[in-house]
Amino acid sequence: MTPLAQRRLNQFTSNKRAYRSLWIFLTLFGISLFSEFVANDKPILMYHQDELWMPVLVDYSEKELGGELDARAAYWDPYVENLVEGSGGWMLWPPIRFSYRTADMYLGGPAPRAPNSRHWLGTDDAGKDTLARLIYGFRISVLFGLLLTIISASIGVAIGALQGYFGGVVDLLGQRVVEIWSGLPILVILIILASIVEPSFFWLLGCLAAFSWMSVVAVVRAEFLRTRNFEYVRAAKALGDNDLSIIVRHVLPNAMTAALTFLPFILSGAITSLTALDFLGFGLPAGSASLGELLNQGKRNLQAPWLGLTGFITVGVMLTLLIFIGEGIRDAFDPRKTISGSGFK
Amino acid sequence: MTNRLIEVTDLSVAFADNAVVEGVSFHIDEGETLALVGESGSGKTVSALSIPQLLPYPYAGHPSGSIKLMGEELMGAGDTKLLAVRGSEISMIFQEPMTSLNPLHKIGRQVTELLVLNNVLDKRSANEKVRELFDLVGLDDSIRVDAYPHELSGGQRQRVMIAMALAQEPKLLIADEPTTALDVTIQKQILELLQSLQERLGMALLLITHDLTVVRSLAQRICVMNSGRIVEEGNAKQIFTAPEHDYTKHLLAAEFLSEPPKADSASETIASIDNLEVNYVIGRQWFGRPKTLAAVKGVSLEIKAGHTLGVVGESGSGKTTLGMAILRMLPSEGQIVFMGNELSSLKAKDMKRFRKDLQIVFQDPYGSLSPRMTVSQIIGEGLRIHSPELDEFERESIVRDALIDVGLQEDMLKRYPHEFSGGQRQRISIARAIVLRPKLIVMDEPTSALDVSVQSQIVDLLREVQAKYDLVYLFISHDLKVVRALAHYLVVMKNGNVIEQGEAGQVFDSPKEAYTRELMDAAFSPLG
Repeated sequence: MTPLAQRRLNQFTSNKRAYRSLWIFLTLFGISLFSEFVANDKPILMYHQDELWMPVLVDYSEKELGGELDARAAYWDPYVENLVEGSGGWMLWPPIRFSYRTADMYLGGPAPRAPNSRHWLGTDDAGKDTLARLIYGFRISVLFGLLLTIISASIGVAIGALQGYFGGVVDLLGQRVVEIWSGLPILVILIILASIVEPSFFWLLGCLAAFSWMSVVAVVRAEFLRTRNFEYVRAAKALGDNDLSIIVRHVLPNAMTAALTFLPFILSGAITSLTALDFLGFGLPAGSASLGELLNQGKRNLQAPWLGLTGFITVGVMLTLLIFIGEGIRDAFDPRKTISGSGFK
Repeated sequence: MTNRLIEVTDLSVAFADNAVVEGVSFHIDEGETLALVGESGSGKTVSALSIPQLLPYPYAGHPSGSIKLMGEELMGAGDTKLLAVRGSEISMIFQEPMTSLNPLHKIGRQVTELLVLNNVLDKRSANEKVRELFDLVGLDDSIRVDAYPHELSGGQRQRVMIAMALAQEPKLLIADEPTTALDVTIQKQILELLQSLQERLGMALLLITHDLTVVRSLAQRICVMNSGRIVEEGNAKQIFTAPEHDYTKHLLAAEFLSEPPKADSASETIASIDNLEVNYVIGRQWFGRPKTLAAVKGVSLEIKAGHTLGVVGESGSGKTTLGMAILRMLPSEGQIVFMGNELSSLKAKDMKRFRKDLQIVFQDPYGSLSPRMTVSQIIGEGLRIHSPELDEFERESIVRDALIDVGLQEDMLKRYPHEFSGGQRQRISIARAIVLRPKLIVMDEPTSALDVSVQSQIVDLLREVQAKYDLVYLFISHDLKVVRALAHYLVVMKNGNVIEQGEAGQVFDSPKEAYTRELMDAAFSPLG
């Protein structure tokens, strides 16, 4: 690691709020990555007929387990439970016995159910466990946000680099295109498109990426405009280096700092967009676990405050953590703060 | 018996925990000129800024010391006291006239504001006073009081700064490198102004500089500083004629560079430039011809093998533009013939073949190395482009040789530029240029940003490398002393034209043109 990177890392870790936020966020995200093992309507591991089964990874039919139906085994069904445990086997369940799409058949009352020992955060109006939906929804939000950030940052950096490096007519035209493009009302366009195409994860990702690369362009372009006249760039030209190589090897590494500080904020923006679309009902296909859908449930069922509160607290905490991390990264890259941390200005 | 104005005893300054000045004592009498001389990082500016307590406290601190202004202690004095002292008793002018003035305010207003805010004068009499001050610092009536800073030249801005500093008739003027950013001829005018003002107003002057020529003509007493200490103190004549401390001797020796080694005058011409013109487009209308500014106007010259061609002139004379145009880094008209090949008509792709033979070293040792590449990557870059057949091991061994050629150690290969001093960085730039074994290197002010003693080392290095690899330099500089030490042939430029050219010795000893004489005068004997 270069001394500069080391200094930035030290600066980041010495910012307690950002550092702790990062760890909390990583823990939550890490857990949610293994959602299938945390909240599922299938056992993780099962001992049955002297064999180990892994229902969480493999779909077994009830017949294979010695039952009657030639369909996917429903492990929550007392019949299947009896089948396994009655013959001396055992089942290792995840801590939450419901998946995001499991409608609980033994609710014991009308949905939505308030929190109880069976459903820690209650259920929504289709009898699905809120906590399970929350965990899956968190995962899809963060993954969506990360992918969107990577894609829009790549597009933004590439376009900003070309504009800034070549300047002149390229820059002039590029800036006009960016201005017109960023003037389009994104939500309205997505709503119109959603009435033509059935939205899916990647379809949404593509649409949002098409509109979210502009914020990076501005910073990268500005850095390139500044850097392209530096003497080390002119020295590279004098060495006979071609434009692509100068951009990638000489200018880009110096312009990335500005773009990097933007990424956590783009990430939280991306998560917010997805949540908003889901809330409005133009997001992920019906039935998917998502935070926006959870908030929408809360709005529709004001008599069940646990739905709205869960959604609100989760989105609030997640965005707050991301902003704290973002601030930490921004400060770590700030050269004035990396001198000694004593605030010499 | 004159009165003590400032008495500094045992002053130390520390930033965070780094001591930068240790136990410095000096005094300034009324009406006297004291010079603090030293290289960058020697603590001279920091010592001077301590007097009006202008350091970034509390990041900076004084572990010890006392500063007395006419017997009154300034160290640890309250803000009210210090505010009363700053400007009215002690004022300052800085090095950079471009950034010392607020670009959004008229110059007159910036001076009046100072007088009105300090309750010296009311608004109307302040306006009169400003006109008076502008006359005093030699800003004639053509400079309007309501001009904006960008309308003025560097020298004029420095005059405005001086007017501002003098507004409250201070007893001490601290001048921090007042002429470093200015052209030689302007430098001379500013120095003359400072000297005459001092005589007329009877104020004391604390001059901070690395430029011994400036000191020689202005200072009565000199303190030589080196790494935070005063190593020698004495009156000017004594220090220049009989320096005692080794460091002072070293500084003085660095100033006098020897003549360049002889070059064979019969050697062949490797490049000839004929009627070269460079026009910058400065404005474009929708219809009609673009507006242009001629930066280089019809320059013709020849460059001979083994020679150094010096190009001198003030800023804006087109000397850097000329160098860039010869390297075909700028569009130009006219002929550039290099080793029998016509370069001016080549396309960028065909030009690549010649890039290997034509290299450049820039002025700014901080801007010319990419901060995110290691020394080995920076020097190896040219090899990567021109000798892609080399494997990593071969490339590194060539890079290592180049590094040793420029007097650096091979364990520096994996380090990043920010770990090096200005002089070392300039060596890295030179290594980057010579690693390809070029024929011609354009040196664009390679020593201007360096301290005098480092300058002389770089000059020695350039000579050494030139002899070893039979290089031709196109040496662009405004510093005539350095040019004299290197150039065999001299071209004097002004406003894009060649004023005079000829054998270096001849031009230096008996300049034909008035402008050349003026330049020589200003450079070698600032105040007669």
